[in-house]
Amino acid sequence: MGFAKALPILQETMLTESISVETSSVSIAGVTLAADLSGALYWDEQKLLVVSDLHLEKGSSYANRGVLLPPYDTIATLGRLGAVIARHDPRIVIALGDSFHDRDAHERLSPANREVLSALQLRRDWVWISGNHDPALPPDLGGTVAEEVAIGPITFRHEPTGAAGEIAGHLHPKARVSTRGRAVERRCFASDGTRAVMPAFGAYTGGLNIRDAAFARIFQTLGFVAHVLGDRRMHAIAASRCC
Amino acid sequence: MPPRKSVAKPDLLPDHFLRWFGMRGWSPREHQLALLQKARDDRSALLIAPTGAGKTLAGFLPTLVELSAAHLNLSPLAGRGRLDRKADDPGEREPKAETSETPSTPPHPSRTAREEGKSALVSMGRDIRRTGGLHTLYISPLKALAVDIARNLETPIAEMQLPIKVETRTGDTPVSRRARQRRYPPDILLTTPEQLALLLSSDDAPFLFSSLKRVVLDELHALVTSKRGDLLSLGLARLWKLAPDMRAIGLSATVAEPESLARFLVPQPVGESVSADIVVAGGAAEPVVEMLDTRERLPWAGHSARHALGEIYELIKANRTTLVFVNTRSQAEMLFQDLWRMNDDNLAIALHHGSLDVAQRRKVEDAMSAGRLHGVVCTSSLDLGVDWGDVDLVVNVGAPKGASRLMQRIGRANHRIDEASRAVLVPANRFEVLECRVAIDAVAENAQDTPPLRTGSLDVLAQHVLGCACGAPFRADDLYGEVRSAAPYAELSRVDFDDTVEFVASGGYALKIYERFARIKQDASGKWRVTNPKVRQMYRMNVGTIVEDTMLKVRLVRSRSSGQGKGKGATGAIARGGRMLGQIEEYFIEGLVVGDTFVFGGEVVRYESLVEDQVYVSRAHDKDAKVPSYMGGKFPLSTYLAERVRKLLDDKRAWKGLPDQVREWLSLQAHVSHVPGTRELMVETFPRADKHYLVCYPFEGRLAHQTLGMLLTRRLERARARPLGFVANEYALAIWGLGDTSHMIRQGRLDLAALFDPDMLGDDLEAWLAESALMKRTFRTCAVISGLIHTRFTGEEKSRRQVLFSTDLIYDVLRKHQPDHVLLRAARADAATGLLDIRRLSDMLTRIQGRIIHRELDRVSPLAVPVMLEIGREAVYGEASDELLAEAAEELVKEATGSP
Repeated sequence: MGFAKALPILQETMLTESISVETSSVSIAGVTLAADLSGALYWDEQKLLVVSDLHLEKGSSYANRGVLLPPYDTIATLGRLGAVIARHDPRIVIALGDSFHDRDAHERLSPANREVLSALQLRRDWVWISGNHDPALPPDLGGTVAEEVAIGPITFRHEPTGAAGEIAGHLHPKARVSTRGRAVERRCFASDGTRAVMPAFGAYTGGLNIRDAAFARIFQTLGFVAHVLGDRRMHAIAASRCC
Repeated sequence: MPPRKSVAKPDLLPDHFLRWFGMRGWSPREHQLALLQKARDDRSALLIAPTGAGKTLAGFLPTLVELSAAHLNLSPLAGRGRLDRKADDPGEREPKAETSETPSTPPHPSRTAREEGKSALVSMGRDIRRTGGLHTLYISPLKALAVDIARNLETPIAEMQLPIKVETRTGDTPVSRRARQRRYPPDILLTTPEQLALLLSSDDAPFLFSSLKRVVLDELHALVTSKRGDLLSLGLARLWKLAPDMRAIGLSATVAEPESLARFLVPQPVGESVSADIVVAGGAAEPVVEMLDTRERLPWAGHSARHALGEIYELIKANRTTLVFVNTRSQAEMLFQDLWRMNDDNLAIALHHGSLDVAQRRKVEDAMSAGRLHGVVCTSSLDLGVDWGDVDLVVNVGAPKGASRLMQRIGRANHRIDEASRAVLVPANRFEVLECRVAIDAVAENAQDTPPLRTGSLDVLAQHVLGCACGAPFRADDLYGEVRSAAPYAELSRVDFDDTVEFVASGGYALKIYERFARIKQDASGKWRVTNPKVRQMYRMNVGTIVEDTMLKVRLVRSRSSGQGKGKGATGAIARGGRMLGQIEEYFIEGLVVGDTFVFGGEVVRYESLVEDQVYVSRAHDKDAKVPSYMGGKFPLSTYLAERVRKLLDDKRAWKGLPDQVREWLSLQAHVSHVPGTRELMVETFPRADKHYLVCYPFEGRLAHQTLGMLLTRRLERARARPLGFVANEYALAIWGLGDTSHMIRQGRLDLAALFDPDMLGDDLEAWLAESALMKRTFRTCAVISGLIHTRFTGEEKSRRQVLFSTDLIYDVLRKHQPDHVLLRAARADAATGLLDIRRLSDMLTRIQGRIIHRELDRVSPLAVPVMLEIGREAVYGEASDELLAEAAEELVKEATGSP
């Protein structure tokens, strides 16, 4: 499938994805960012967009092991990414690590998806932060590869350390709220005003409950907030309220 | 009717069998002889008989007679295959197999033996085998039943000293024994549909089954209603191929369409419908069924029947052994507790339901067989199975749901065919009185309402296709022909079949990039074969069609010190281990907060924590549980009973037969509003407090009503009626909102005919399905059964929690990118009859077109009270996750602003 064929699919996906635009503002180390319903974070002042844990080609990675998941996760993820890029038209895009599901995943990118990716990279800076799933990205993917990026008081890195001013991914936070015997579980941003962990953006990415011990190591207390991705809106919910 | 001496064809039973019958004080029953005759005529047969009719023995008699004749080297069934074998010479090799040229349809006039079968008999170079080989395969829906039947068979075999070897094969059978069974098969093997699938997928299958003469399918009526029935039908198709001489005997309770069920037992020729012969056992005494004439006030709503507790207790006390059936596990738990609270006589009352630990269940069953129990509170977990001793009364609490289901339960009382079963129905609310009334009439008329035979599902087919490839390479044309000989798949289109094979091979995606990962591939000769041994291993680990709700193990531990308070993470240390109480649905636990109490295993417990697949609970000292229920009514009201209820409502003269309280309730309804006619849909609108209500009465069961509620609220939303939520029960649906629906209808701004137009099943349904949690659950089942997702892995058990989450993601992606994918087609077919009951909804919407009766009222009507009372007790639907999240978010705002 060439680019000419991929484009309509991408446009269609972008069209259906761009209906919801609710954002919730998150402040980290004095900087105000917009947590987007898509799971991206936008820093207006810098015209900078961050997405984390795209896990591109996760489907084909499973297929390689005999689980033949639908091979549409990459185009679905790129479509959603295209939609949020189109909305904000950022100057810089940071992919916060685990952009590819495994070391060879970039080689399995279809030519069409490769072109879609190139189209998204046009006219803007693109930074691939390396993650544990994709520690050694090749240079021909476009953009630059970095371990971490620091802008002003903010440091972008893949694995959270709990340092002040850090925006990280890796943990795939999700929050569960239950009321009257009914539970809702959704992806979320986790933030205490000093640091933040971003939700996974990829179409096939699962999640880790924010009440897991891994989050306690980052935030020390339960005094953080889950910015939960609802169906049509963002919701800021105290971590202590989640279960 | 007393059992009488058979007059006809005494030669069907050899002397030593007749002597054995005489020794036991029995004489062979008509239907037992009839089945022997069918066997002699080389016909497959469906035996329809009530419980207690000696059904199982009837099913095995032909086998026992044939095997004993083969042993004696003389046969009453002259000219049959076993005669030319020297059965007594263990060293002899099988001379040849009898196979026939054509797929057989009974009767079978002639058979041509082919030498070709010979090579198929040698299994992987293991040439040691018993002379006879496997003669009869028995399949039961429950492994416990297979084990019990094996035990029961031992009696006649031992007493007549028949040289017959009987063995069981279930998930519990040790690996060594399984391997031995494949090499030295017994004469009779008792097993389950899943184990049959496994045996068929092994390369010994031709060796093992080529000698097979008969398959006996027990509780066939229960098996065929599920995907297990699909799997079994495909296994049968395989067996007909491997053993063309094989005939089938189906054992079934009474069903609505015996002819259609009998199709299951014989291979279906293309474009034709063929049925096995039907033998109906007569002579069952009419059951005596009554409705409890309560002295108490009949509740308006609810399903607990707490008002009748004292009366139920008296019934248990007055009888020797009483089975008390309820519809859900939570009802069973509650009733059991309540009965024990008033059990001053210390009656031995036990509890039995599917979530309890197996060991616990077996203990109850054994105590019951031994006659040590006065009463057992149970769910459908006791609907099937062997005879549990002398039950002299069945009490059915709550709605009977279906006529056939009720009759099967009633048959649990007194397992002697010539004595009347006694049953008492206890309606839990006024609507259930109507349902009980019509169910009693249906029982008196012996009117059946079992569902029609299923159309085989594609996810099960996918599993079977992979299983076939694991056994031996296959040609698509051959397998397509074979599969269509199974009755549920007789109408399978070639496109669906080919798509399924493609799915098994490389996912069946339009984007063909998985060829190199294919699980099966076509070789040079065009045969599909497995690409690597791991595929076989995966298939074997994951065979089966029972995709349970993810179940978690419940363990009783000591309460965690209260010092840590509420709201700790999974990090806190608690005592591990603890006594295992049973299993519980994961989705129930997910709705709980630590500290919530619920009833389980007969006591009130407190939710402590969830670690992997273990739920830790402690004993709570509260009398009442905070969270009332888990598992709603599993079976919806049958279409048949629903229709009878509508007729009863429509026929005022018939109200005479109803209790006074109910008759008065209906008369009042007729006075202030309207009682819906048989074919009408009545809609009432009225204000209450600060909201406006719309209540309709489709009588189509809770599942169909929930789907209707989802779709109607979408439409009301668009009509700006600002709906807020809805609640459904078996009979009615109530929707409430801020908009004044009465006013809107009056002004012509809301058209009821348009609101209930069947076109809601088009775009509205599609849009809703995109996000419906029920649809996602339906899809997950298909994904697991079809083998897209594995739930079991060698070495490690992948957390099922992850499986659930990832199938939702797959559903979203697949739906968007390949909406006609075979798995989505399978899921949609399931949605028509399963959790969403769309077909029934569609039938109803078509039926009521032009027959909507609207009543504008100034207050709630008597008929609306029951469903209105469900508000607050039942989950309110709308799937409005945002609202729920917003509520939680609100608390943060309050906390931040310091407001209370």
